[in-house]
Amino acid sequence: MEMRSAEFKERAVFAIHDASLQQALGKARGGFVGKRAQQAAELPEFEQLREEAKNLKNEILANLDHYLERYEAAVTAAGGHVHWARDASEAREIILGICKRVEAKSVTKGKSMVSEEIGLNEALIENGMEVVETDLGEYIIQLAHEPPSHIIAPAVHKTKDQVSDLFLAAHGGPRKTEVADLVNEARQVLRDKYFRADVGITGGNYLVAETGSSVIVTNEGNGDLTQTLARVHIVTAGIERVVPTLDDVSLFLRLLARSATGQETETYTTYSTGPRRADDLDGPQEYHVVLVDNGRSKMLAGRFRDMLRCIRCGACMNHCPVYGSIGGHAYGWVYPGPMGSVLTPLIKGMDNTYDLPNACTLNGRCASVCPVKIPLPDLLRELRHLQHRQEISPPMQRRALSLWRFVATRPRLYHAGEWVATRMLKLLSSDGRIRRLMLASGWTDARDLPAPPGRTFLQQWQDQRGKP
Amino acid sequence: MTTARDAILRSVRIGLKRGALDDNQRAVLDARVPRHTRPAFDEDLVERFIRKFESRAGTVVRVSRRDEVPAAVEAYRASLDLPERAAIGAALKDLAWPQAWSVNHGAATVDETMAVTAAVAGVAETGSLMLCGGPDSPTTHNFVPDDHVVVLDASRIVTHYEDAWTVLRARAQGLPRATNFVSGPSRTADVEQTIQLGAHGPRRVHIVLIGG
Repeated sequence: MEMRSAEFKERAVFAIHDASLQQALGKARGGFVGKRAQQAAELPEFEQLREEAKNLKNEILANLDHYLERYEAAVTAAGGHVHWARDASEAREIILGICKRVEAKSVTKGKSMVSEEIGLNEALIENGMEVVETDLGEYIIQLAHEPPSHIIAPAVHKTKDQVSDLFLAAHGGPRKTEVADLVNEARQVLRDKYFRADVGITGGNYLVAETGSSVIVTNEGNGDLTQTLARVHIVTAGIERVVPTLDDVSLFLRLLARSATGQETETYTTYSTGPRRADDLDGPQEYHVVLVDNGRSKMLAGRFRDMLRCIRCGACMNHCPVYGSIGGHAYGWVYPGPMGSVLTPLIKGMDNTYDLPNACTLNGRCASVCPVKIPLPDLLRELRHLQHRQEISPPMQRRALSLWRFVATRPRLYHAGEWVATRMLKLLSSDGRIRRLMLASGWTDARDLPAPPGRTFLQQWQDQRGKP
Repeated sequence: MTTARDAILRSVRIGLKRGALDDNQRAVLDARVPRHTRPAFDEDLVERFIRKFESRAGTVVRVSRRDEVPAAVEAYRASLDLPERAAIGAALKDLAWPQAWSVNHGAATVDETMAVTAAVAGVAETGSLMLCGGPDSPTTHNFVPDDHVVVLDASRIVTHYEDAWTVLRARAQGLPRATNFVSGPSRTADVEQTIQLGAHGPRRVHIVLIGG
C-alpha cells in the first residue's frame, strides 16, 4: 500500500472533524483499556510474565540466525517449504509465483499485517485473482476499499451504520441494522469462499523452531477455515516471529490476548505443521512459509532492536491519547499508533515520515502497557534525534533547538531569560489566562494558556525551602 | 549468486555484530529448557476447566461413562432440533450412535450441521480444549458445522498449556498437522466492539465430559 505519512497533519485535522470516526473511536476507547486493566489485575503473575517475555525475546533476537535455520529445517522435515524475502517486492513475487503455479483463481486471506506491509492484495488482484479477506474487520474495510486503521481491530473506525451501508451495497438488500444480522450475513457470504479457495493466506503470530509449526490466534475461526480448506496454505511472517519451542509460545499467549482484546485467551490458537499427510482427510496439499525481512535485520544493530520484540497486540495504540483522537488512518501506512510511529520510519525510510515520531506527547502510557516492555517513548525520541542529525527536521526548528541548547547549558543565561519570560507572560495575561500569544496561535486559537505566576520555578523553590 | 536466504542471515549476523554460531554454541541453545512462570492456582482442575469454559459461552454436560456419550449428544441435538446427522471422527466410531442418524466419518462439507470430536486434552488454566487433527479426527469438524460437540475425559484435564504438550508428546502419532486449542464458540467484536458469537466457526461448542 502506498505510504501517505507525509500528509499526517492534514489527515489528523480531517480525522478530528470526522463525526463518524469520532463516534467509532469513542466507543472503542473505554473498552480496550478497561478490559486489559481487568485482565492484568486478575493475573498476579502478569508483571513477572512481561519481564520474562521481554527477556526471552531478547534471547531469541540475539540468536535469531540460529532459530531461523532450525525453524527452516523443521518446516522442511514436516513437508513444507520456507521461502526467504529480503523486501516487499521479493515477498510479493514469491507468493505470486506460487499462486500462478497452482493456477489460483480465488485466494482467501486470514488477517496478516505482513501481507498489508508488502502490498499483497493489490499484486494478486492485478494478476487477475479474486482476493477475499475473511476476518470480519478486514472484510468490512476491503468492501470500503480502505486500509486497516488498527492492527487487531482493522475496522475499529467504522460505525455499525457504515457497515450496514457497505453490506447493502455488496450483498443487496434488505439493509441489516443489527450486529447479529450483519455478522450472519458475512458468515454466509464467506462460507462459500472458503470452500472454493485455491490458496489460503494467513499470518503467523509465532513460528516454532522446535517443530516447524506456524501459530495463528483468532476469535472468529476465519484463519482456520482459510488454512484448512484451501488447496494451498501460504504463511507470511516477519523473521522476528520465530520462537524456540512449543512451551515458549505459552508465555506469549498469556500476554497476547490479555494485552490485545482484554481476554484471558482468544477463542482459537492453532499450530499448523506442514501440509496434509498421507492419511489425513483434510488440510492443504501444499504448505509454504514466506519469511519477510523488509528492514528487520537492519534493526538488530542498534537501539531499535527493542522494537523487534513487538508481538503486535495493539495495546500501545489502545492506550495512546493521540491515536485515540485521530484513529489509525492519519498515520498514513500499515502500522499506526506508537509502534507504527517507530516502525514506519525504520521500514519505509526517514523521508516523508517526519511527523510520526513527533506526533507523541511522550506521556509513556504505551510503554507502561507493552507486554514485552518496548521503551516506545525512548525509541520515538531516538528517531527525533536522528531526524535532527540527518537534517530532516525543519531548519527553523533545528536552529531553535540549537539556541535552546546554547541557553539551557548556561545556567546564568537561562535564569536571566526565564526571569524575563515569566514577567512578560504575566503582563500579557488577564485573570491568570493568556488568550492570545504570538508564535503560539496553534495553541491559543483553540484554548487559553495558563499564565505563569510571575516568579520562576527556582525562585519559588527557594522560597519553599526557606519555610519549615 | 547470493540467495535471499544467505543475504538475510548475513544481514542478521551483521546486525548482531558476530559471525555464525559454532556447533558448541548451537548445542547450548538446542539444550535450553523453557523455565518461565506458569500462573498459579489451587482450584480443582475439573471445576476450574468447566468454570472457565462456560465463562466463554461454552456449555458442558457431564456423564459418568463413555458409553453414555451418544445419548448425551442425541439429547443436545434434539434440544436444538438439529437434523439427524453428524460428522463424527473415527476416534468415536466404536460408540453406539443412534440408528436414525446419517453419520459422516470423513471431512466436513459445507452442509454439515453438527460434528462430534474427541479431545486430546483440556487445559484448566483457561478452559481450553486441545484437539488434534488426523485421519480419526478431521480438522474441518472443528470449524465448519454450526454445532460442535466435544467429548472429553475428565482425566485428560491438565493444569497449563505446557502440560497439554506433554500429553501430546506422549502420543504414538506425535505432533499432528493441525493442533487446535478451542475456548468456546467462534466470536467477533469487529462491529462496534459488540461481542457476537458464531462469526465463522461454530455458533455453539458443547462438551460432554466423562467422569471426574
